[in-house]
Amino acid sequence: MKIVYVDNNATTRVAPEVVEAMMPYFSDLYGNASSMHFFGGQVQRKVNEARDKVADLLGADPSEIVFTSCGTESDNAAILGTLDSYPEKRHFITSRVEHPAVNNVASYLSRKGYRVTELLVDRKGRLDLDDLREGITDQTAIVSIMYANNETGVIFPIEEIGQIVKERGIPFHTDAVQAVGKIPINLAKSTIDMLSLSGHKLHAPKGIGVLYIRKGTKFSPFLIGGHQEKGRRGGTENVPYIVGLGKACELAKKNMEDENTRVRALRDYLEKKILETIPNVLVNGDRNHKLPNTVSVSFEYIEGESILLMLSDLGICASSGSACTSGSLEPSHVLRAMGIPFTAAHGSIRFSLSVYNTKEEMDYIINNLPPIISKLRDISPFWKDYLKSQGKA
Amino acid sequence: MWDYTDKVKEHFLNPRNVGEIESPDGVGEVGSLACGDALRLSFKLDQEKRIQDAKFKTFGCASAIASSSALTEIIKGKTLDEAAKVSNQDIANYLGGLPEEKMHCSVMGREALELAIANYRGQKVKKEDFEVVCNCFGVTDREIVKAIRENDLKTVEQVTYYTKAGGGCAQCHPKIEDIIERVRKEMVKEAPPPKPEKKKLTNIQKIKLIEETLGREIVPALKADGGDLDLIDIDGNKVFVALRGKCSFCPSSEVTLKQYVESKLREFVSDELEVEEVRP
Repeated sequence: MKIVYVDNNATTRVAPEVVEAMMPYFSDLYGNASSMHFFGGQVQRKVNEARDKVADLLGADPSEIVFTSCGTESDNAAILGTLDSYPEKRHFITSRVEHPAVNNVASYLSRKGYRVTELLVDRKGRLDLDDLREGITDQTAIVSIMYANNETGVIFPIEEIGQIVKERGIPFHTDAVQAVGKIPINLAKSTIDMLSLSGHKLHAPKGIGVLYIRKGTKFSPFLIGGHQEKGRRGGTENVPYIVGLGKACELAKKNMEDENTRVRALRDYLEKKILETIPNVLVNGDRNHKLPNTVSVSFEYIEGESILLMLSDLGICASSGSACTSGSLEPSHVLRAMGIPFTAAHGSIRFSLSVYNTKEEMDYIINNLPPIISKLRDISPFWKDYLKSQGKA
Repeated sequence: MWDYTDKVKEHFLNPRNVGEIESPDGVGEVGSLACGDALRLSFKLDQEKRIQDAKFKTFGCASAIASSSALTEIIKGKTLDEAAKVSNQDIANYLGGLPEEKMHCSVMGREALELAIANYRGQKVKKEDFEVVCNCFGVTDREIVKAIRENDLKTVEQVTYYTKAGGGCAQCHPKIEDIIERVRKEMVKEAPPPKPEKKKLTNIQKIKLIEETLGREIVPALKADGGDLDLIDIDGNKVFVALRGKCSFCPSSEVTLKQYVESKLREFVSDELEVEEVRP
């Protein structure tokens, strides 16, 4: 079956160059990077080369890069590690639309007796920075706001947020899992103190992440163990995956222009054609501040899982914020926070592209989507009601 | 991804009986846009008052559409009394099962059917008569009690899977727990007392028990009809008997053996026993 993979905000294909770079470290070069002998030493050098490449993509110093097991670990380590460093401060600020790796840490902290402030978003998914200004107190230990939203692709004004936080002398963390590799980031000129990234969102394998910790930032390790990562994260270095992530960051830097020109154009083409060929579609999220690869659309009066499974039957892999896809009974917390009406929230579909997508694939989606939507609307009792209300049936 | 059966996928991709019947005899509608699924069922009766045609319109996920399609197929040709007996389990079974988290789709089908039949009969099922337990999804105590009874539910999580109640803000969880406790107590009271459990028997115990059972439960009944029975041999689970008296030339003796003697022995001794008649 033809496969059109447009779910790259969920995970990406591991780049063939990355696979190739990793292979020797499973078989021949299996040394422990911390060993004193030459066999471990040669591996240590490769780990450092990878660290350089990650730092290069982010505009960071290699000493500021800490390898972790995933984005979730990075987020947990940043928040909990900072709170551990400021035990007297009992207030945490985040947004209502974070990934569960931050969102559920907020709930956990709330249960532990912390005061948690969740900044709200408007209908287009934008934050009100005055809420942030008013929310910060002397008790605030850390502010954690995502760089770009995974469901809608909306990019937050991270430097502006960082400026506000910095002025109050509070550490600022950002979950940049969806942003790294898709838009240019330069931490050398930034107000960000800590940043999380995840390998498998930028064509490295699953099971590798990074926490960037700016020099001079107070931090207590989350995984307590050996002296690895300069005592900031215990656990033997995952050498093959670190090497793979280094390669992926090198490729991401090389592909950054393609991502922001060709991929952006493909995304815009897909969005435009969907709006042209299908009635009653809403685009979710602020169009002017959006990742180049993501489009979230809501088809009114039908349900997302049905759309996904019909697409899936044709080999098209996308994602939805509908209740039924998550195992929960309510639509995604992001769409609810944005106040998307129920007529549309249950019928949301996210297409997230990568540099591997082609125009031909976009055409395949555009040709197959309208009949699916129309078939499901014929089954839906609300579509006919709507048409009647509009005097169209 | 949900583990849907091929039958669910097939009914989802090719749903049967989509539409609305013009001037229907009964219509039932449940769910809403806010809840994430909804079903409108309509049917028409033939001259013999059987469901001649049934159609549905559904807003919802794949299992909601497949459950609606299955429902219409199941009820076609049934009388309303027969249709009223269709349970949510029947709908799920027709589809080869549903993931437990999706059982509420089958319950939605059963509820729409109930409303459609009530609509035909001119009865009104008023939500106001019942207490809304879950405000997020507007689920009443009546629906929760029914789901617990029909599906033998034991936990709040299961109630959520079957009715959606408790799937939102979770504030009603204590109330649902109370309902489960109350209903399960009622169910225990109503259930017939459990039979003593049959233990694994040694051969000697088994032979003894067979003899006792024959003497106590079976022979007296045969004697009352002028017959009798002798135990000839026992080989594993095979019990060889010979019929005496009137029974020995009774043409229905085979039926007597199979239905009566065997069932009694199975009841009191072991489910695995088989009775064979030895002719003189």
